[in-house]
Amino acid sequence: MATPAVLAGAEPDFYHVSTKRKGILSWILSTDHKRIGLLYLGTILFFFFAAVTLGFLMRLEMLKPEGTIVQPQTYNTFFTLHGIIMIFLFVIPIVPAVFGNFMIPLMIGAKDVFFPRLNLLSWWLFVAGGIMALTSVFLPGGAADTGWTFYVPYSIRTTTNVIPALLAAFTLGFSSILTGLNFITTIHRMRAPGMDWFKMPLFVWASYATSWIQVLATPIIGITLLLVVIERLFGVGIFDPTLGGDPVLYQHMFWMYSHPAVYIIILPAMGVVSEIIPVFARRTIFGYRFIAYSSLAIAFVGSLVWAHHMFTVGMSNTGMFVFSFLTFLVAIPSAIKIFNWVATLYKGSIDPDVPLLYVLSFIVQFSIGGFTGLMLGALSVNIHVTDTYFVVGHFHYVMFGGTGFGFFAAIHYWFPKMFGKMYNKTRAKIAWVLATIGFNTLYIPFLILGYLGMPRRYYHYLPQFQTLHQIATVGSWILVLGLIIMFVNLFVALWNGSKTSANPWGGETLEWTVASPPPLENFDEIPTVTTGPYDYSKYEKASQEAV
Amino acid sequence: MTTTAVGTHAVGHVHRDDYGSKMGMWLFLFTELILFGGMFVIYAVYRFSHQAEFELGAKELDTLVGTINTMVLLTSSLTVAMSITAIQRGNKKLSMLLVGITIALALVFLVNKYFEWSHKFAVGLYPQSPELLTKPQGEILYFGLYFVMTGLHALHVIIGAIVLAVNIRFIQRDIITKDSYVKLEVGALYWHLVDIIWIFLFPLFYLVH
Repeated sequence: MATPAVLAGAEPDFYHVSTKRKGILSWILSTDHKRIGLLYLGTILFFFFAAVTLGFLMRLEMLKPEGTIVQPQTYNTFFTLHGIIMIFLFVIPIVPAVFGNFMIPLMIGAKDVFFPRLNLLSWWLFVAGGIMALTSVFLPGGAADTGWTFYVPYSIRTTTNVIPALLAAFTLGFSSILTGLNFITTIHRMRAPGMDWFKMPLFVWASYATSWIQVLATPIIGITLLLVVIERLFGVGIFDPTLGGDPVLYQHMFWMYSHPAVYIIILPAMGVVSEIIPVFARRTIFGYRFIAYSSLAIAFVGSLVWAHHMFTVGMSNTGMFVFSFLTFLVAIPSAIKIFNWVATLYKGSIDPDVPLLYVLSFIVQFSIGGFTGLMLGALSVNIHVTDTYFVVGHFHYVMFGGTGFGFFAAIHYWFPKMFGKMYNKTRAKIAWVLATIGFNTLYIPFLILGYLGMPRRYYHYLPQFQTLHQIATVGSWILVLGLIIMFVNLFVALWNGSKTSANPWGGETLEWTVASPPPLENFDEIPTVTTGPYDYSKYEKASQEAV
Repeated sequence: MTTTAVGTHAVGHVHRDDYGSKMGMWLFLFTELILFGGMFVIYAVYRFSHQAEFELGAKELDTLVGTINTMVLLTSSLTVAMSITAIQRGNKKLSMLLVGITIALALVFLVNKYFEWSHKFAVGLYPQSPELLTKPQGEILYFGLYFVMTGLHALHVIIGAIVLAVNIRFIQRDIITKDSYVKLEVGALYWHLVDIIWIFLFPLFYLVH
């Protein structure tokens, strides 16, 4: 197996192994979890940049109260596509599909996932879904203009290409289900000897909880979107009110998945945070079991809160109270995580390196997202701010300020492991400063605008909102500048980055025990695990002695 | 030393874990149950709000054909279960025959379904038909759900039959053997799912009073 270029005894890394197929086929037909993870990374980044561009253009449009750069219909398709791409093709898959694939087998001491071929099929379905989403843009009829929620009856009436967009979301959901199924089986069956449930790294715990939501919630949206397709194609009466259907029932069905999907989005990013904090604080994580259980608690309670998206749609008072109460309840496990992370940092020997900086942004921004979420869960406030920029600001704080920054943290943390190279840290820190300032300049005005009554998705707005809109647009420029510096820096590092060691950060989880990048089969011999994942007792002892 | 090292390495390659494979299938079955579960929820909501019309709709269905199809599917679950016992006892031919009978029963089911549907079309009970549009909205919903749910179920019958056909090939080529038959078990699990969904569809559409 060893090629002459490689020293005897050292296995070649997974980029350089000899494969049955050559060139691009050795990637797109590979069943290696690491290659599949990188395939996802490339595909998802492509869609991420496309959706960022759309968001950037939408902010430009909002510079003036009247039309600025595009027509109203174009604006409608912009926010629809921005939503569909960001939700289904970026925030949902980015952490589980990329880092879950690449890292879970390494972290639990396995050679691959349980169903490697199914894993490849998931990626192919993902690509197929992405292509369908793109075709909906270019087919005659024009891109969908329903918003990413596809609410009926408009999604049944509109003449735009809703069907390809719906089928795209359905296919992406199928891909997500298969990934979740694969991870659950992998985590149950392939942990290294000695790694019991409470010796698993917390990223694995978070991925495990996420996978359950993927498996149990996604089919609901699958069937719901499929029913809208069938309704459009054959005129079957299901949700269409002219045929006796109930559009509110559609909204229930839609949010039964789409609210748990919020936790598919945020939980893996929380797992990333739980990995990074102990490494850069040189401390054993505080409250390991609480963090692990809180992931499961979020997954469970998060499945029971969907109707808080519908307080103004029409529901019994009892229903509203119950869903409002459950919404408050789900804040508890999230808060448990925040407190434990901060408690881990307390008295740690903190090394403010790039991944930790992104994590700190995550904690602050996710907290703002969480608190504004509680405000929305309160019935009276909800009536006031429903369908305003306040809601948009809230979920961007969670989706982007949370998961987006969690992804930035993850890519900066695991980049040396995935590519064997280290990026330029100064530039990465500049990018962090710009991204954080830009993000908050962009979305704090959203919260204020919404509270003042600026409705979401509107093309025109009242002149008194202009200053805040302009501040937000300037924020989007700073944010995009930060993103450009961040990703150029990472791309440059692929070629010019300095070579890195197996464990550049001093991590204690299993992925840092193998070479960077890892060999094809990860572990020469499956390791036997004897301690918990964040055993920093040696550092703690040293610091105590120093005192 | 070398032998053990090579040994562990090789184990990673020919990794076999039947329990895990079945677990994967069970998880997939959960997703299928929830997929249909979504439709059962819609059914429950509309039946609650349109009791009388659902009863009228059910009168249009032929209970006898439905009963026959239920018998057919239940029998097919029996034969597929027996095929596993046959392969466990090393009786390759019998196992193939039993899977074959299962597929034949699936075809009987589909043929029945075909006649049932064509009858509905003949009397004008199909989506957007002038006949159906004159009926009360509850009946439109009833027949909408009837076609979608039994149609999606029929699609699952077809997929299940294809899976079983592939399994016959596997038995023939000794990929499924006396000692390694998890593929057949997994296929049979899927078939039982197809069966159990019908067990719920049958009373909900045919036996409404």
